[in-house]
Amino acid sequence: MKEQQSVGIVVPQTAHFSDPLPLKSGGVLPQYDLVYETYGTLNAARSNAVLVCHALSGSHHVAGRHADSGAEGWWDNLVGPGKPLDTRRFFVIGVNNLGGCYGSSGPNCINPATGKPWGADFPFVTVEDWVDAQARLADRLGIERFAAVVGGSLGGMQALSWTLQYPDRVAHALVIASAPKLTAQNIAFNEVARQAILKDPEFHGGHYYEHGVVPTRGLALARMIGHITYLSDDAMGQKFGRALRHDKPVFSYDVEFEIESYLRYQGDKFAGFFDANTYLLTTKALDYYDPAFAYNGDLVAALGRARADYLVVSFSTDWRFAPSRSREIVYALMHSDRRVSYTEIDCPAGHDSFLLDDPQYHGVLRAYIDNIRL
Amino acid sequence: MSFQRYDYDVIANWIEPGERILDLGCGDGSLLRYLAEVRQVRGYGVEKDPERVLACARNGINVIQIDMEEGLAGFDDGFFDHVIMSLSLQAMHNTQGILKEMLRVGREAVVSFPNFAYWRHRQAILNGHMPVSKNLPHQWYNTPNIRFFTIADFDDLCAQEGIAIRERLAFDEDKVITDEPNFLASVALYRLGRSETATG
Repeated sequence: MKEQQSVGIVVPQTAHFSDPLPLKSGGVLPQYDLVYETYGTLNAARSNAVLVCHALSGSHHVAGRHADSGAEGWWDNLVGPGKPLDTRRFFVIGVNNLGGCYGSSGPNCINPATGKPWGADFPFVTVEDWVDAQARLADRLGIERFAAVVGGSLGGMQALSWTLQYPDRVAHALVIASAPKLTAQNIAFNEVARQAILKDPEFHGGHYYEHGVVPTRGLALARMIGHITYLSDDAMGQKFGRALRHDKPVFSYDVEFEIESYLRYQGDKFAGFFDANTYLLTTKALDYYDPAFAYNGDLVAALGRARADYLVVSFSTDWRFAPSRSREIVYALMHSDRRVSYTEIDCPAGHDSFLLDDPQYHGVLRAYIDNIRL
Repeated sequence: MSFQRYDYDVIANWIEPGERILDLGCGDGSLLRYLAEVRQVRGYGVEKDPERVLACARNGINVIQIDMEEGLAGFDDGFFDHVIMSLSLQAMHNTQGILKEMLRVGREAVVSFPNFAYWRHRQAILNGHMPVSKNLPHQWYNTPNIRFFTIADFDDLCAQEGIAIRERLAFDEDKVITDEPNFLASVALYRLGRSETATG
């Protein structure tokens, strides 16, 4: 067993792009910044680069720690020396997506045209737009072809999209806890979250920055709804059950059940640092993603361009991105004659399982990644 | 194991280079690996057991972790040239269902199984004990096998289900048995197709 280590202190970098980026919505971003981090070293052949794509609330900070805050990367258990995505072998990149709120151009940044924050005027961005922007960053870093593109949830959609938009630039895609498109139920959860934000009196049509306020109540509610769907019934039951703060009902709307306390805490914490406009934009990107749409819903036809090899992973208790949705991707890839492996990990933690280090899950990732030839 | 290699050679002889192959109950993927080497097949394995799925990932085999007892609903009709089930049919509940599914998604099916009517097994029963042998290595209380059938039984089932037996080879260890296979053979391999007269 290899000893697993952290990549240590990491420093984010910023790349500025002055070439306009055409967007799927028909709009254009005239110029933009992308914040990113890298771990490991790009080899002389430039063949060992791996892109890690983030999900709804993730960022470019995938691994290691920031010196000032001490904050650990969101997928630190996967990326590092001796870890399944071993930075002694691979050059790993994390990018904050466009529309994000961690430094890449987004609604909380200044719109050069007005000198004021973009707010609701920031254009709609899609999974495909993110991939286009990531490809330009890859160009800038001298990466012609990724050894792998990896992502969970919305990040898995980006990994899949990479292999369709840039089939010759990806050797392997790891599509984890994802789906080829959202179901009506999944979109419904996103819509409730958006309505919570849009109906917050402090939203001000998305221009709350100018009013010096933040729609924290709406954003916290949105996060609470999300959290419920990321956990499994069993996991929530085991963690909180019906535990009462006062050991008996006190007939109040204040926190009584421990699950209420947990959700409020998670909601408030999230609303303290995340941007409401980013949440809106990102959930729409999730809803719009549907590579088969242009092919009359025929996913096999949509995947016809793909040239990559795939690993698809799902989790038994994930009901927001259920195993059956991953299997749709798997069967479509197989029927497109792509090399694909699929595993359904038995893990109790629901959608959030993809961020954990379940031994079987990380064992399969390690085995698959170890077989990637550079 | 010498028997394993013999099994593999027979299967390889039934497969054309470059075919699409599905191996049900693929274990660690060694058969698919062999067929990729000698026949350059485009192979996928189906396996339920997590440790075997991990072994497939280590061996670089395309493995799909599903429970084949629930059928092969995600697989298109006739997508594969051959669907293989090597020494697993006796451990399946839904015997008729999986045979039907194999011949739905594959042009042909290849099935191998231990022959419970092998003379050493008969001898064990006559001596009052369930057979334990190289091909039936488990004790009665821990065997994964749940269907106990013979070459004669399988021939009957194929006739009943409208399954065409295109070829059958029977072995005792790695020796081909042509006379009295139901008595003298420990393992049988079948190449199966859809019967021309069968409908549906």
